[in-house]
Amino acid sequence: MSVDKLKKAMCGVLAVALYLASGTVFAALTDMPLNLTRGVTETSQRVYDLHMIILYIVTVIGIIVFGVMCWSIFHHRKSKGAVAAQFHHSTTAEIIWTIIPIIILVAMAVPATKTLVFMEQTSDAEMTLKVTGYQWKWRYDYLEEGVTIWSALHEDSNKARQRDPSIDPETVENYLLEVDNPIVLPVDTKIRILTTADDVIHAWWVPALGWKRDAIPGFITDNWTNIKEPGIYRGQCAELCGRDHAFMPIVVHAVPKAEYVAWIETQKAEQAASAASANKTFTKDELMRKGEQIYTTQCAACHQAEGQGIEGVFPSLVGGAIATGPAADHIDIVLNGKNLMPAFKEQLNDAELAAVITFERNKWGNYEKITAKGHADVVQPADVKATR
Amino acid sequence: MSYAAVHDDVHHDHKPTGIGRWLFSTNHKDIGTMYMVFALIMFFIGGAMAMVIRLELFQPGLQFVDPQFFNSMTTVHALVMIFGAVMPAGVGLANWMIPMMIGAPDMAFPRMNNMSFWILPFAFALLLSTFFMQGGAPAGGWTMYPPLVLQLGDGLPFLIFAVHFLGISSIMGAINIIATVFNMRAPGMTFMRLPLFVWTWIITAFLLIAAMPVLAGAVTMLLTDKYFGTAFFDAAGGGDPVLFQHVFWFFGHPEVYILVLPSFGIISQIIPTFARKPLFGYASMVYATASIAFLSFFVWAHHMFTAGMPLAGELFFMYATMAIAVPTGVKVFNWTATMWRGSMTFETPMLFSIGVLFMFTLGGFTGLMMGITPVDFQYHDTYFIVAHFHYVLVPGIVFGIIAGVYYWLPKWTGYMYDETLGKWHFWLSTISVNVLFFPMHFLGLAGMPRRIPDYNTQFTDWNQIISIGGLAFGLSQLILVWVVIKCVRGGEKATDQVWEGAHGLEFTLPSPPPFHSFTTPPKVTEAMAHS
Ligand code: HEM
Ligand SMILES: [Cu+2]
Ligand SMILES: [Cu+2]
Repeated sequence: MSVDKLKKAMCGVLAVALYLASGTVFAALTDMPLNLTRGVTETSQRVYDLHMIILYIVTVIGIIVFGVMCWSIFHHRKSKGAVAAQFHHSTTAEIIWTIIPIIILVAMAVPATKTLVFMEQTSDAEMTLKVTGYQWKWRYDYLEEGVTIWSALHEDSNKARQRDPSIDPETVENYLLEVDNPIVLPVDTKIRILTTADDVIHAWWVPALGWKRDAIPGFITDNWTNIKEPGIYRGQCAELCGRDHAFMPIVVHAVPKAEYVAWIETQKAEQAASAASANKTFTKDELMRKGEQIYTTQCAACHQAEGQGIEGVFPSLVGGAIATGPAADHIDIVLNGKNLMPAFKEQLNDAELAAVITFERNKWGNYEKITAKGHADVVQPADVKATR
Repeated sequence: MSYAAVHDDVHHDHKPTGIGRWLFSTNHKDIGTMYMVFALIMFFIGGAMAMVIRLELFQPGLQFVDPQFFNSMTTVHALVMIFGAVMPAGVGLANWMIPMMIGAPDMAFPRMNNMSFWILPFAFALLLSTFFMQGGAPAGGWTMYPPLVLQLGDGLPFLIFAVHFLGISSIMGAINIIATVFNMRAPGMTFMRLPLFVWTWIITAFLLIAAMPVLAGAVTMLLTDKYFGTAFFDAAGGGDPVLFQHVFWFFGHPEVYILVLPSFGIISQIIPTFARKPLFGYASMVYATASIAFLSFFVWAHHMFTAGMPLAGELFFMYATMAIAVPTGVKVFNWTATMWRGSMTFETPMLFSIGVLFMFTLGGFTGLMMGITPVDFQYHDTYFIVAHFHYVLVPGIVFGIIAGVYYWLPKWTGYMYDETLGKWHFWLSTISVNVLFFPMHFLGLAGMPRRIPDYNTQFTDWNQIISIGGLAFGLSQLILVWVVIKCVRGGEKATDQVWEGAHGLEFTLPSPPPFHSFTTPPKVTEAMAHS
């Protein structure tokens, strides 16, 4: 076989192989995530359309430019006997390839500007949701209703994301995209969303709504959304915010208006009940059970599941000076925080604080140490209230 | 043309010997070599960190490292690659080549040259020592945004002083390059006859002088916020955390051009050589580079669209970012026109340059997409961004540097490198770099945020493909080390011109060149400069 024939045969084999490969690849791809979501708001759909238009434009430009390069690479090679021309500039060509891109860019800028103007119209909202980022959870305030929701990583995901997980991440539904308390929003309502943060910068992002916005401590930024379809929409914090940045998801349940109103009413009732519980006295068992739940969602991220902490960063609670010291000091640090330790007085009510403090004081052999030193092992809501 | 006098000189070079030759070196070639070796070491240190990142991301769940350490890996990987690998490699090439390209004996300030190199190992010792400190290594991202970065433990002042030292080193390097080019050109080497690599480096040097002090200012404000009670970035004290981002990116966007312009210069030398045809549109290349550099100071806020800005601000930065595409396009078209109707051969430097041409352009396309503010609200801080800047940084910039190394290696050592190995290096790198970075576009669009150690299971398949690509890319780079070592030790003798189509003063010197490049200045004519 001549070299030429060999080359042709090889090209043929290669073409068939590529074709087969692309077939399998395509089949696999249809299950693999590939593109932006079109979302469920006017904004997200406009953004998606804009994304696709620009993608098509750059693809066409790419095909032309890469096509010319490839043509030249294949035809103007020395091995094919090409003799180099010696031209080294052409004012006409240079003007053309300056003007044409400018025209294309202007054509892109027009729809982009329109969409941007549309997205910035935050006025005329029917309700306001304030979103506050914390390390590493979200607080939502329904400003008109006086309802507050704290939303953190769901317990299953939280267990599965540990170094030696008690659950396999593969078996957790919506792994890392599920929270303990999802927020509920009405559809067909223009909602103003204010973002801010308590500690460091976070970013609130639900792709289906079509935007993300930084949550900046000390500043409030202004955005809006209007969800068209009921459904569950998930997102994540999108600005690096420390160790557990990957573990503060966002879940929005969009529901019809009537359902939303009913939900808000239950929330109000629950908040009233929990305020009342601050005046109750609980048994140690009740406190321990509740305390364990709160510990896993609020404290374990730093102090770890077994209270051992992380050397040099987060102190161990196992036999720790505060966890086995006077109750007043323990209450104080949980209420007010210290350095990296957040203040919990806003996030937890007196009953919850009493429960988690009691839990820490009795777990991991701390009970024995506390009783030996003669400090109180049980903390009641009233004790917390007194320290506030 | 021959320089008999120079040829004779080879045998009368008085090279210092032993460790002193390197420690006290004032020779542009030795310092250039040290820069290149340093950059290579840093490339592998940063690469090792990337391997840790990809290992952890191979599967959902946390298998190997703590999230805090993961964040340190992404942060220090970026700092090491940008300030330790890419920038020193660029300066190393400038040191080696600029005096030879303009017909000078050495750099203008040889002692400052020595100092600007020797600061680097100390700066990186400071940075890397933070791994052993209370609170660990920096983990707030290479962008060092407050308030997060201020939560760092004892490592913070070390990070800040490392950045200061790097800045001082870069500024000294830049001053040296400007002084050399402005004062030491051979007779007849007018500005518009300078090789493009020299041009891109002058412009880079001016960018460095303008941008590095801004970074120094930003990190100094971090230092005083943390230790001296100021509140530049603390809202509680009347400051603004976003102010840092403005200052940082006022440095940061010019910085990306500091990284890329030398690479543009390199491929502007290589493509004409292997197309055997003069560079198309020399003057427009110079003007395009200058306008890119100028515009780069007016686009910084495209990194901060989601921080919240008035509409007018968003529109301004969107239009300005789009405008950069015009001169960038001009450069790509000029390179294409240089190849057009040439007589091309595809030795390794040319292959890597063509790689730059294709894959930098691809990164430029995604850059343009992200410049469109409303869509960037979706792209920002996802893997789409990671794909974008890795396309411009790795197959765009690192490939350019590698192309330069292959192109000038025979000149430096006097021996031809192993072409077969070079081709293997190119093809393995090119395939693996795309397996590594292309799927990141999909992940980002589908909603995977950047800088996370763990992800939802829908992203597993792509992440596994990416990690395999990453490992393959990392291993492929060992071939480069092998080629370089082999070439230094010997091989086929290189001619003075090295490449059939090569032009320029460096190719009139013997291979390897004498210790002091041009002791008698050559005379440069128009025909020599643009042929
Ligand atoms: C010259 C080579 C380039 C390099 C080295 C480079 C590098 C980078 C880097 C490192 C980032 C991410 C920064 C961060 O958030 O940590 C970035 C983002 C960005 N780049 Fe580039 N880039 C280059 C070219 C371009 C071009 C040509 C354009 C536009 C025409 C562009 C537009 C953007 C935009 C808009 C972003 C911000 C995206 C976002 O964060 O949402 N870049 N680039
Ligand atoms: Cu966050
Ligand atoms: Cu930029």
